[in-house]
Amino acid sequence: MPTYTDMTRCDGCGECVDICPSDIMHIDPVYRRSYNIEPNFCWECYSCVKACPQHAIDVRGYADFAPLGHKVRVLREEAKGIISWKIRFRDGREKAFTFPIRTTPWGSIRPPSDYEAPAANSLGSQLLAHEPDALKVETLPTLPAFREEGGALP
Amino acid sequence: MSLFSSRKTRFVEADILVIGGGFSGCGATYESRYWGRDLNIVVVEKANIERSGAVAQGLSAINCYMGMQWDENQPDDFVRYARGDLMGLVREDLIFDIARHVDATVHKFEEWGLPILKDPKNGHYMREGKWQIMIHGESYKPIIAEAARKAASTVYNRIMVTHLLMDKARPNRVAGAVGFDMRDGTFYVFRAKAVIVSAGGASHIYRPRAAGEGMGRTWYAPWSSGSAYGLLIPTGARMTQMENKVVLARFKDGYGPVGAWFLLLKSYATNAYGEKYEAAWFEQTRSIVGKYADAEPMPTCLRNHAMLEEIKAGRGPIYMQTQASLDTREKEETGWEDFLDMTVSQAVVWASQNIDPRDTPSELITSEPYVMGSHATCSGAWVSGPEDVAPADYQWGYNRMTTVEGLFGAGDTVGGSAHKFSSGSFTEGKLAGKSAVKYVMERQGDAPQVDETQLKALEELIFRPLENYRVGRNEIVAGTVAPSYINPLQGLQRLGKLMDEYAGGVSTFYVTSEPMLNRGLELLAMLKEDLDHIGAENLHQLQRAWELHHRVLTAEAVIRHTLFRQETRWPGYYYRADHPQLDDAAWHVFTSSQYDTKTGEWQMSKLPVHHIVQG
Repeated sequence: MPTYTDMTRCDGCGECVDICPSDIMHIDPVYRRSYNIEPNFCWECYSCVKACPQHAIDVRGYADFAPLGHKVRVLREEAKGIISWKIRFRDGREKAFTFPIRTTPWGSIRPPSDYEAPAANSLGSQLLAHEPDALKVETLPTLPAFREEGGALP
Repeated sequence: MSLFSSRKTRFVEADILVIGGGFSGCGATYESRYWGRDLNIVVVEKANIERSGAVAQGLSAINCYMGMQWDENQPDDFVRYARGDLMGLVREDLIFDIARHVDATVHKFEEWGLPILKDPKNGHYMREGKWQIMIHGESYKPIIAEAARKAASTVYNRIMVTHLLMDKARPNRVAGAVGFDMRDGTFYVFRAKAVIVSAGGASHIYRPRAAGEGMGRTWYAPWSSGSAYGLLIPTGARMTQMENKVVLARFKDGYGPVGAWFLLLKSYATNAYGEKYEAAWFEQTRSIVGKYADAEPMPTCLRNHAMLEEIKAGRGPIYMQTQASLDTREKEETGWEDFLDMTVSQAVVWASQNIDPRDTPSELITSEPYVMGSHATCSGAWVSGPEDVAPADYQWGYNRMTTVEGLFGAGDTVGGSAHKFSSGSFTEGKLAGKSAVKYVMERQGDAPQVDETQLKALEELIFRPLENYRVGRNEIVAGTVAPSYINPLQGLQRLGKLMDEYAGGVSTFYVTSEPMLNRGLELLAMLKEDLDHIGAENLHQLQRAWELHHRVLTAEAVIRHTLFRQETRWPGYYYRADHPQLDDAAWHVFTSSQYDTKTGEWQMSKLPVHHIVQG
């Protein structure tokens, strides 16, 4: 199955259940640990792998085209703003990569209501929030009024 | 005891209800709050907006950015590009509108903390291609979700919305939506003054190439259940270009992205003998589509076409010659990050098959078809355009409002506006959000009424699959074979098989025809009847049951529109064998449908294509 949960590491916290976009990580009622209930609806998106506090979830590539013996492991460190990958090939070769994921502290985004309220009459303009400043050009582009006759054809 | 007797109902009031918390939904939420400071803005999402929608896994590039600040491109350039790629048929007003706003969206993303790569030479964003910029996008969705959460009054995660509600007195006025809580089965009734549908396009309408465990590794996410269309179609909203399915040429099986490889790393595709093949098919392609073959860059569908012809000629597998371009560690990192940010599966495929792209070329293949409005095709709802640039017959008062009063769309929901991708979808959500605020403000006191009888009927309908299972299960010992119900996966597999075999899937090399489509419709009609007999063992399967409903409605629209358009407009996406040429004289138009829920009839018509951008 695409994702699977390590029996000895999982403590049944349910983070994977909470994050899975496909709703396929569920808690087994007998063992009180998570498992993938529907591997053929798994996208291998790694959302659960990244979210697991115990690093208990891993991926074994789809059986219909991924031969055994590989590993693609990940460590996502929000506070550091980085993600690290370790890839092990079937023949044992390894590669490692680290990439940034965010340049600002988590939770630092200003809500839209923090900005000065727009004038009531601007609701009728074509400008969106933070424009034109956020466009970094002086004016919002527009087009000449469309005329059916003599309209430009490609 | 029946499950019915213990079920709770919860009513939620909203000024603006946003259905689907992907990129367009997050944009709609943010913008609604900016303009509607005191409004009650509610987001409802079937997963968890932290990781939901098409960008749940992340992305390695932003594919729609003009760079107006550096005079790299202008919005009208983008319209010409999208029009060329879609073989002449796009809503130029909608595309222009997104293109002129999208830079502001991207600048905000960077301010929020999205790492965007810079060109060391000039400090501009690093270009992958003319329209694409490179990002470290593993956390793209969590960043955007943070902005949306801070804008929303409430976010309801894990609620599957099944139907839109219409006003009791005005049949063409939306009134809200219903659905259920996937964790505890509560029946949810959302009453809203305006509704923005920002749900997903459709994977798994067509049987995927991988039919075993790997069926979940479709290019578009398996949770993209066509709800954008499945919710709208029953309201009678006008739909457009539903025949314009997308087929992607991608790395085989993992469906890893090719953009960075082709555009940035300058890798190239060859046949099995190391020969570049695209140019060899140019004259043959031109004989089908005429002048449209001359577009620069070559339209996506036509590149698919050349690959398909090469495979049919027996010169496959097709390979991306990756080893030719990975001569530095930096380039190797770029190549791997392209996958690790957005399609980890491709890295898994390479690791498992001992493919190191520095040494070994990698197979390419064309995917099964998908239905969507945000990538290189433009299926979706017919919506009102921007007031200052839309031709008169393209606008009826509120930008991005569908033909249903108070019902707005964004992202995959909106037809005619291809090439939005992540940044454009968020931007279109913003456009819909501002517009919905205006709609609500101008109609103070217009609170739509929901019909109690309709609610009761919907509640019974929504939970019926649980009842079907509870009763039918007693007929059998164990297992999945029952005489009176099928489970949602069995229904999905029937849908995928019939669409694949009759409506231009991979098994016919995307070829279909009127007799094949009509046979597909006969089988689809029986599947629709059998949807009343879906058995769901639990709430998870109940979600799958309603995703199937949305997919089946989407599939029917696809067949109806494909039947209606009697030409082959996009070879490489699909072929009408009985009308093998592009036919501009008869079909330089948008296709349109409106579904009547009461009669089951589809009204098909043509709508004009206006070219508002010269050249």
